[in-house]
Amino acid sequence: MPSTSDPIAVRGLTMAFGERVVMHDLTFDVGRGDIFFVMGPSGSGKSILMRHLLGLLEPAAGEICYEGERFTGASPADRTRMLRRCGVTFQTGGLWSSLTLAENVAVTLEEYTDLGPAEVRELASLKLALVGLRGFEDYYPSEISGGMQKRAALARAIALDPAILFFDEPSSGLDPVSSRLLDRLIVELRDSLGATVVIVSHELDSILEIGTNSIFLDMESRTMAAQGSPRTLRTESASPAVRRFLNRGDDPREEAAR
Amino acid sequence: MPSAPSTTTRVLPSVSVQLRGASARVVLAGDWMLGTTGPQAADAVRAVQALPAGAIVSFDTRALGTWDSALIAFLLHLDDAARAQRLAIQPDGLPDGARRLLALATAVPERVEARRQAAARPMLDRFGASMLRVGSATGSFVEFVGETALALGRLVTGRAQVRRRDVGLALQQAGIDALPVVSLVNFLMGLILGFVGAAQLKRFGATIFVADLVGIGIVRDLAALMTAVVMSGRSGAAFAAALGTMQTNQEIDALEVAGIAPIDALVLPRVIALTIMTPLLTLYGEALGLTGGAVVSAGMFDVSFRQFLAQAREAVPLKFLTGGLVKALVYGALVALAGCWHGIRSGRSAEAVGRATTSAVVLSIVLIVSAAGLFAYVYDALNL
Repeated sequence: MPSTSDPIAVRGLTMAFGERVVMHDLTFDVGRGDIFFVMGPSGSGKSILMRHLLGLLEPAAGEICYEGERFTGASPADRTRMLRRCGVTFQTGGLWSSLTLAENVAVTLEEYTDLGPAEVRELASLKLALVGLRGFEDYYPSEISGGMQKRAALARAIALDPAILFFDEPSSGLDPVSSRLLDRLIVELRDSLGATVVIVSHELDSILEIGTNSIFLDMESRTMAAQGSPRTLRTESASPAVRRFLNRGDDPREEAAR
Repeated sequence: MPSAPSTTTRVLPSVSVQLRGASARVVLAGDWMLGTTGPQAADAVRAVQALPAGAIVSFDTRALGTWDSALIAFLLHLDDAARAQRLAIQPDGLPDGARRLLALATAVPERVEARRQAAARPMLDRFGASMLRVGSATGSFVEFVGETALALGRLVTGRAQVRRRDVGLALQQAGIDALPVVSLVNFLMGLILGFVGAAQLKRFGATIFVADLVGIGIVRDLAALMTAVVMSGRSGAAFAAALGTMQTNQEIDALEVAGIAPIDALVLPRVIALTIMTPLLTLYGEALGLTGGAVVSAGMFDVSFRQFLAQAREAVPLKFLTGGLVKALVYGALVALAGCWHGIRSGRSAEAVGRATTSAVVLSIVLIVSAAGLFAYVYDALNL
């Protein structure tokens, strides 16, 4: 067990489907209050890494720890307890289509707290207000726009005041203005809730604007090529693949050499 | 948020409003955690509502312990009340995190027009509306059947493209894969009919006529009917679910944009497959139904297997067989049309796909039974 008490610690994680290894030997820590980006080109296994962190897939080797407690190999009850501290928004929102927005937010509140119906309803309204969706409590997910669905999914993720927030491609399919607002909202929620944020994304603008820490999944070597602040990695990384990724395909060092 | 699980005992939250002339100070104390706030909060909101317009509301949080969303929910209520009264809120006294969350929650003003008014309409109104929906749905279904017929015409004249693979796949799923359940249902049908019939006929010493009963019943009507009902539960539901999910994934939109009529690409292969397969499965079902009847007659009554078959062959003329197969053909087409129609007009959510599937099965069965009644009348009139 690693001695670190960081919110998330990953040691020697290998992700594979049968014989096919997606990524091997991933070792990194996510510090408290970090906005941690998992970067990499499409198909590098970013979302698969998130599914491993959430226990939806099992590691082929290595382990994942939350707050110094082993998650990999833990009993289902322990896992549920650890995941209760996490809030997740999925790539396509993942809102339950048969429930209204307020009911979507209320599901975990009803499941994990002893609050009465009136209090649950009030809290659900509050969470929706926090993401700018006041007055939309009784709408169904199919009746609101894609950007609003993303924000509603965020409201559901923060229902239980989580210590760790996971996002899978939060700004995919959003216009630049909405995506910027969502970034600010993420930072604001991190600051006011004191949460740690893990984001899977290849949106360069978001990565450079709000990222405080990151790893880069490299397709060539099938492992992580860099770890650190994205703004620093942009120029300082030893890996040309990372520099190119963070500069939209142009490597600043090659430019300088020319 | 300073809501980390603390081991120290919690102090019950309290709030009071101190009035000083035209301004008010909201004094918060104790631990504001979910599930512990009492009626004081509502009193405080009422006290603020009683203030004259323009009054200033400030906060004193020196005695405030830990807090979570419960505090923010209370502050949001207070803020709403203050806004309605045009009071000036001074959030400086609040803890930093709480102030920011309150600012975030009130950053986007409530869209009042967005809020739903759950209007309860009178029953007669709702009944009328649902009748109108039935009317328009009937029109839409007839239109759909017409469109499919036109597409079939285009296919016959070689102007529509239907991929052989799609038809083959539908034939396999609707036909070969359905053999076990069709076998079971028809065999048991023959068995039950044989048993009930023979038990009655035995009283008149006419047990041998059980072969007439089972033969005519199964071949003329029951095999086609039972097979069609099985098809509606199996294939009709599957068609509705598949097309409904394609609608949800915008696959049908993609087809239309690509200039391919969804009727040609999705509906036609399924309708063709089921129209071919239902009569074939019915023929197979008839054989099994007769076997079921023969088994029970030979096993429990003294009519041998051979006697049963000879008697059944006498009793069932060829026109009963072809008549039964024509019915099966029509039932198959109806089931496929009902499934595809509900699938294509499904809404774009998991819930809507479920509704489409249910409606498809209900509609198929209604259509099958109605068609069976119509057939009985027409066959009788034509003396078939």
